[in-house]
Amino acid sequence: MAKARKYPVGPLEYLRRWQMQAWLAAVGLFLYVPLIALMAFSFNDSRRNIVWKGFTLKYYDKAFHDASLIEAFGNSLTIAAVSTVVSLALGAMVALVLWRFRFPGKTVLDGALALPIVVPEICMGVAMLVFFARVMPWPQGLIWPLNLGAIIIAHISFSFPFVAVVVRARMASFNREMEEAARDLGAGEWRTIVDVILPHMAPSLVAGALLAFTLSLDDFVITFFTAGPDTVTFPVKVYSMVRFSVTPEVNAASTILIVLTVILTAVALRLQGDPAVTAGHAPADKS
Amino acid sequence: MEVSWTKAKAVFAAALGPPLFWLVLFFLVPLGIVWAYSFGRNVGLTEISFTGTFANYARAIEPLYLKIFIKSAWVAGLTTGLCLVVGFPVALAITFASEKAKAWLLLLIMLPFWTNLLIRTYALIAVLRTEGYINMSLGWLWHGGGMVAALLGLKPIGDFQPLELLHNNFAVILGLVYVHLPFMVLPLYSALDRLDRSLLEASLDLGAGQMRTLFRIVVPLALPGIASGVLITFIPALGAYLTPDLLGGPDSQMIANVIERQFKRANDWPFGAALSFVLMYLTFIAIAIQALMSRKSPEAR
Repeated sequence: MAKARKYPVGPLEYLRRWQMQAWLAAVGLFLYVPLIALMAFSFNDSRRNIVWKGFTLKYYDKAFHDASLIEAFGNSLTIAAVSTVVSLALGAMVALVLWRFRFPGKTVLDGALALPIVVPEICMGVAMLVFFARVMPWPQGLIWPLNLGAIIIAHISFSFPFVAVVVRARMASFNREMEEAARDLGAGEWRTIVDVILPHMAPSLVAGALLAFTLSLDDFVITFFTAGPDTVTFPVKVYSMVRFSVTPEVNAASTILIVLTVILTAVALRLQGDPAVTAGHAPADKS
Repeated sequence: MEVSWTKAKAVFAAALGPPLFWLVLFFLVPLGIVWAYSFGRNVGLTEISFTGTFANYARAIEPLYLKIFIKSAWVAGLTTGLCLVVGFPVALAITFASEKAKAWLLLLIMLPFWTNLLIRTYALIAVLRTEGYINMSLGWLWHGGGMVAALLGLKPIGDFQPLELLHNNFAVILGLVYVHLPFMVLPLYSALDRLDRSLLEASLDLGAGQMRTLFRIVVPLALPGIASGVLITFIPALGAYLTPDLLGGPDSQMIANVIERQFKRANDWPFGAALSFVLMYLTFIAIAIQALMSRKSPEAR
């Protein structure tokens, strides 16, 4: 590195120009200062939460003893887990069908599947509100986790098309000769799917699962319209807390979620080895 | 290649059935009901009769609501423009970085993208509010300045007046840019990454400056990527609910906030349904424009 510095900056080495470095630093500060301040001040021993008064963990203690916050957090994780599993299955199935078969109405299905991705959140939110109010009222007072059913259904509806996109992008790099070989060797349709196609699909399933999990955990608007009064998720809970005021408890709870996000991202990167995959982009087949 | 579905009917039906069922029942049917409601009329508290009226749409383009639509489009457009200006150099830097730096920079952009939207908005509130970090720092500087002034024997500069940074249009735009920047950078990066670098080198060799190369070579070649970045940023910004709700003031209502009010407070579902569908049509128009643009461009994939 030190050796490289002696050479003049090449015309395309934008990263070595000071203007570019300054710009990147400014953008980095813009993106991270609010989040880091939020995390730092969750350890601040002052209710007013602006002047540093010393280190404390008491807001974490409070957050952990706040039954409604814990419940909301548990609800969010449960919804995200169930929604991820179902979205993964539905997304992989529809991606497989679109990739493998020629059938009448394929373009229509393709278009309809893109709808949940492009339709504004608020429109989908009101659609879910109307649906669960008028067409399929979700029974009130069910035992946990059945009372979360409506939210889970809504989350699956907007997550599985994303999974389908990721899986389809991966399948584009599938070598069809492998499948032909499997068939020549006597494998049937199912056998080919399970033994040849699914292993190729696997990395995109990891990426898709991560995407579905985050989308579910992140969603506020659609949940806000679907949730009943007794089914609160973490974002909905934080929303109602934020409406009142900025409190250290919210900082502490947010910090926990941010740390969870960072861990999940790190795990995903470890599994993938390629950051572009986790963004939902088509994985580059480097092998 | 693709096989006809008739070759393996059982597999086809088993794999298509569940997702199709889900998509129709839990997505298309709810949307269809909203669409039907948009032609209905409130009769009684919870009853809506489908009268096939266009009155809700007529009301949606009354000046009061038309102004909110125009404002939403303007705010979303400004957000997209700012994201493009801020994000383009970032995408360019990532593209031409070394492999290792590239991975780190992508991670840097993506980590906030993975972080909960509500938490990011909350973090901005903590920065911008009257007792927030910016006003605290400015107040501290002001105090220091006052002490210096007193030492120099100048007249006192008075008490610090905190800046009103929250609950206005400025906060909404800042919040939208903050939230949507990764949406812009990632598609820009993937477009720039596909560029043929020898073209850039040729342009620089033949004496064009960096700026000229940027605007005459890079931007035209990356145009489809820019268009998709613009679209991916514009659509969620147009329908943004949370940011104007939490960061905005009474005059920074966007269309999503009006829709929410019709459904949750005003209880005028037919009108809310009509507003939702106008928003949806605007989204589709934006997508259609982008599709047309990328079809025209020869570099489109």
